[in-house]
Amino acid sequence: MPRFAIQVDIVHLPGVADPAGATVERALPSLGYGNVTDLKIAKTIRFTLEAADATAAEAQTVEMCKRILANPVIEDYSVAVRELIAP
Amino acid sequence: MSTRVGVIHFPGTNCDLDAQHAMARLGADTEILWHAEPTVRGVDVVIVPGGFAHGDYLRTGAIARFSPVMRAVGDFVAEGGPVIGICNGFQILCEAGLLPGALQKNSGLKFLCETVEITVETTTTPLTSSATPGARLRIPINHFEGNYVCTPDTLAELRTEDRIVFRYVENPNGALDDIAGICNAGRNVVGLMPHPERASDRLLGSDDGNVLLRSLLAARLGAAT
Repeated sequence: MPRFAIQVDIVHLPGVADPAGATVERALPSLGYGNVTDLKIAKTIRFTLEAADATAAEAQTVEMCKRILANPVIEDYSVAVRELIAP
Repeated sequence: MSTRVGVIHFPGTNCDLDAQHAMARLGADTEILWHAEPTVRGVDVVIVPGGFAHGDYLRTGAIARFSPVMRAVGDFVAEGGPVIGICNGFQILCEAGLLPGALQKNSGLKFLCETVEITVETTTTPLTSSATPGARLRIPINHFEGNYVCTPDTLAELRTEDRIVFRYVENPNGALDDIAGICNAGRNVVGLMPHPERASDRLLGSDDGNVLLRSLLAARLGAAT
């Protein structure tokens, strides 16, 4: 069975407060980086998945996002799938 | 016969004994419900207490909703059984889909631990049936993720269906519409961020929580509120 490296990126939906990101953005000017805006702190989940093909791997990951990995009320997610080639 | 109150204990729950103690002092028969057992053991009322269930990993309440006891809680709710979620319990009930919306991080990025004033917005829930409409209660909060958020449609529904149960007098965490607690459409599931069990004796600084906890004594499975 092919193996796939999966990366799920979970970000806050637009309009949902990201106080951690806002705090880091506010701290940067004190180090001289006053030109940083729109800073967001997000979450990345990585794992290896065995699946018949990339489509199946992505479908299962999306299902997992909907059921547990992300909360659709406050979060959006994106999924990246990369096949692992055995050496 | 005394009301039987079951208090759920997940790994990481830390307010279960407080809730049990406060309810027992009011005359309830109380017991702890272990999260790994798929039953609520025929109790009259279920309390999902505060703490850090499953370490709050992934998101607050995200893992707890898959504990075996939660399936039994879902069945209990479907039968009309009263379920109260306090703080982390509120977060768990939202994640489980038993209440709408979610609790995001406090807008000020501070863990808040203080006594706040809340108003009772509706008395047609098992937690507020003994309270006076509009009453102001002094009850402690103790949370990092207490900033209630939901879609505009859900908020409109909560308002028109009189399902906002408590509001903060001075919003401490950025919660939408000053919401401190809500109930489900069936009105038998209530979630709130403040801890009534920590306001159950004047020695604790307030006993305003007792009017809420006492309401639960009158609650019975399927009883109209």
